[in-house]
Amino acid sequence: MTDLFPSAQTGPSSKERKYDRQLRLWAASGQKALEESRVLLVNSDGPWGKQSTGVSGVVGVETLKNLVLPGIGGFTIVDPATVTEADLGVNFFLEEQSLGKSRAAETCRLLKELNPDVEGNFQSKPIAELLKKDPDFLPQYRLVLVSGPLKRSALNALCKAARDLNIPMLYTRSVGFYSTFSLQLPPSFPIVETHPDPETTQDLRLLNPWPELAEAASRIDNLETLDDHQHGHVPYLLLLLHYIEKWKETHNGNVPSNYKEKSEFREIVRSGARTSNPEGGEENYDEAVGAVLKSLNPFSLRSAIREIFEMEECKTPRADSSDFWVIASAIREFFQQHNVLPLPGSLPDMKAQSADYIALQNIYKTKARKDIEEVTNIVRKLESILGSRPAEIPEKDIEIFCKNAAHIKVIHGCSIPEIDREARIFKAIQNSISVPDSLIPIFIAFQVLDKIVTDIQEGTLSAESLDSETAWNAQTDRVLSALTHNNQSIIDEDTQERIVEATQELRRTEGGELHNISSLTGGLVAQEALKVITRQYVPLDNTCIFDGVRSRSEMYKL
Amino acid sequence: MASADSSLRWKHLHKVLTKSGPFSDEDWVPGPETITALETSKILGAGGLGCEILKNLALSGFKDIHVIDMDTIDISNLNRQFLFRQSDIGKPKAEVAAAFVEGRVKGVKITPYVGKIQDKDEDYYMQFKIVVCGLDSIEARRWINATLIGMVDPENPESLKPLIDGGTEGFKGQARVILPTLSSCIECQLDMHAPRPAVPLCTIATIPRQPQHCIEWAHQIAWQEQRKDHPFDTDDLDHIGWVYNAALERGKQFNIHGVTFQMTQGVVKNIIPAIASTNAVIAAATTSEALKIATSCNPYLDNYMMYAGEEGVYTYTFEAEKKPDCPVCGNLARNMTVDPEMTLQDYIDTLGDRPEAQLKKPSMRTEEKTLYQRFPPQLEAQTRPNLKRKLRDLVENGQEIAVSDPAYTIDFRYRLLFK
Repeated sequence: MTDLFPSAQTGPSSKERKYDRQLRLWAASGQKALEESRVLLVNSDGPWGKQSTGVSGVVGVETLKNLVLPGIGGFTIVDPATVTEADLGVNFFLEEQSLGKSRAAETCRLLKELNPDVEGNFQSKPIAELLKKDPDFLPQYRLVLVSGPLKRSALNALCKAARDLNIPMLYTRSVGFYSTFSLQLPPSFPIVETHPDPETTQDLRLLNPWPELAEAASRIDNLETLDDHQHGHVPYLLLLLHYIEKWKETHNGNVPSNYKEKSEFREIVRSGARTSNPEGGEENYDEAVGAVLKSLNPFSLRSAIREIFEMEECKTPRADSSDFWVIASAIREFFQQHNVLPLPGSLPDMKAQSADYIALQNIYKTKARKDIEEVTNIVRKLESILGSRPAEIPEKDIEIFCKNAAHIKVIHGCSIPEIDREARIFKAIQNSISVPDSLIPIFIAFQVLDKIVTDIQEGTLSAESLDSETAWNAQTDRVLSALTHNNQSIIDEDTQERIVEATQELRRTEGGELHNISSLTGGLVAQEALKVITRQYVPLDNTCIFDGVRSRSEMYKL
Repeated sequence: MASADSSLRWKHLHKVLTKSGPFSDEDWVPGPETITALETSKILGAGGLGCEILKNLALSGFKDIHVIDMDTIDISNLNRQFLFRQSDIGKPKAEVAAAFVEGRVKGVKITPYVGKIQDKDEDYYMQFKIVVCGLDSIEARRWINATLIGMVDPENPESLKPLIDGGTEGFKGQARVILPTLSSCIECQLDMHAPRPAVPLCTIATIPRQPQHCIEWAHQIAWQEQRKDHPFDTDDLDHIGWVYNAALERGKQFNIHGVTFQMTQGVVKNIIPAIASTNAVIAAATTSEALKIATSCNPYLDNYMMYAGEEGVYTYTFEAEKKPDCPVCGNLARNMTVDPEMTLQDYIDTLGDRPEAQLKKPSMRTEEKTLYQRFPPQLEAQTRPNLKRKLRDLVENGQEIAVSDPAYTIDFRYRLLFK
């Protein structure tokens, strides 16, 4: 990992200045991942019947805009359409002179203007043809974006090809005031840097201090004899450790464990503050009192981590397992030995003298370093047992893993959902559809639209069916009967009404996009793309529905 | 109005304007009149989300768009403000953006104004149908909010200008619709956007513990002591470099690690992370509401949508409450609990940090007397002795005070309740 940031004396490079506002979110490592990635956008797959040119692909182009600006390595737009008058009313990355030209070429040209660091390519052929002709075409991409509705056969072929290559894929549709997108991830997609809220991640080990920390606390045994200035500057962590020891003396060596005891304990701490000063209290004591309820908890392993430890690849990593699983396995072993995870080592700021704070901070840092060393030794041991791995796991990666160990995540990716394919999806839909304000009716409406577009593209329905009551009713009935085949009561009248309303609203533009909704959706989809590519933060699992009528969105695992 | 050419071009948009949907108002009449209403609605866009807002409004069928922005283009804008190029650095944002969108979208007129929103008066704001803001300062938001609320004349429905506000920070953001005097306003919601607490000066001056404390020291104290003849310029990299080196030195002295150039810049400029994708989401959320308000083609947001993208896609849409004691849109004074033993100076200092006030340079008076007045100098000198006096010696428990601040045109009314 190269360090993008300058050494002591030099200011930032012009690239660092350009990307400054985003480097603060995903750092040099995230930027590097972004710059090494190429993205494929399948923006349409040919016309829907004779009159319609098919998907206008605004949502795809808007998504790419949000990836080109932060500096993705490169992109390719696949789009067989030619630019029409209607495109100019909805797509910002086309101009008057683009009329009649290849839409792939024109959108590519105007998107490239946004960032000279980014490589852009285009293909004016249908995706199926490209996949068939060149087996090396798909593997060059880190992510596939698809603008739908796309006919099922083409979509399924693309899903399968991406899945076989473990390439994540986002399938998006934006029509009228509605949009939905689904993320297909590989069966196991691990993330180390999930960036949890720092407030929720403090791990201070106050109930089970290691010897050096306990030692530091015992040094303020003379608390009562300190002068006012010193007393008001004892770091609150040490105060808590001190009063816990006192508590244990009168409670058979037990620490305050339930709410009642903690409240009692909190009052003991509070009463230790000196109030005869002009401020009428002490800030460090205020901090200690405020921290009792959230910091006096025994270490417990989060269930998500427990699940990861139970996964086969964590228990017995293979020679070809990714670095993630080897480190996770080492951390598992560490946990089995110590019943805690490696210490993250960070310390919140607190009222204290500089030197006292730094000394306390060093106790945490030293312990964290020791834990990292221990994990590293286990990793090296595993590496030598596994043998024949391409390269030694970098120490930096082990360090980052240890710091984030309590918050790592593994997403079990699944396919782009299709209503009549899997029982799992039926179940998920049946579970969420009756919740008031559920957005599932919009998803169902999109499924109906997908089916109609498929039938038009395959020639079994005419192009006019996009706005035909009969076609919509027939398809809606088909989806509804599929959903209720084993349980009629799933869809009551009210739910049915909401599904009908969603299809009516969706039909309003006859498959056409509205710029605002596509731009908003392009922002959401790009956000997920960034998280997938940088492997930072936590991506969607797996479907998001946006309702632009009510300005709401929901996530579903479908 | 709609030529054959134009109806082809706008065919998707026109479908939702000429056909009612299951959620559009029953009394709404879709058709050419709605299209005309949209095309003749004068709309104002302002602030850091300006690029996205202008693009979206132009492609939503608005034809008469005004834009206000005082900033010039900086290299750090290029990662998200997509109408600007390397060669535009230093030029005014409003002009470059207006020219670009006019050139791209046929038939739209965009009028730029390079300056502050505060430069304009009520007559100016009265010409618009809707105001869309993606401003990056809370101060500017509060100003436009108070101004639009002050303009409402119950006798004249045209004087009510919906304010649509959007803001982002990193992966998060919010969009809200404000109907001045009718719905919850920015001031009602002020405490939902609490400022970060400032580091106490004594920590910075005597007991630093974090690299940020060293930077604050270099910025606030060392610069004053050693370079007081050079006004500090946050955009001057040499100035940042000086502060950075001074902070590094201070860090060494106290064994504090982690001062970097990037962190120095972040602290002294109060930089908020910003990315293209979040801006796209929030800007489009605001312009989508503008389209719905201007055309009635669907119901508009009532009244707040927040978005967080760190973990999946999370939005929360709710109706923020209108507060009867809102200093701007309410008619009651807001209760504020204070320690009667605190001096007026200390009280004034806390007003900057209190989430419900956030007033940096307040002056104040009771109905009978002036407690402290910053301007003119004579009055300042005359009221200065009050700063050292305790609140209990200046006001009664439960007394109402009026606070003014040069950043706002209105007075804030607080009822002081003794702790």
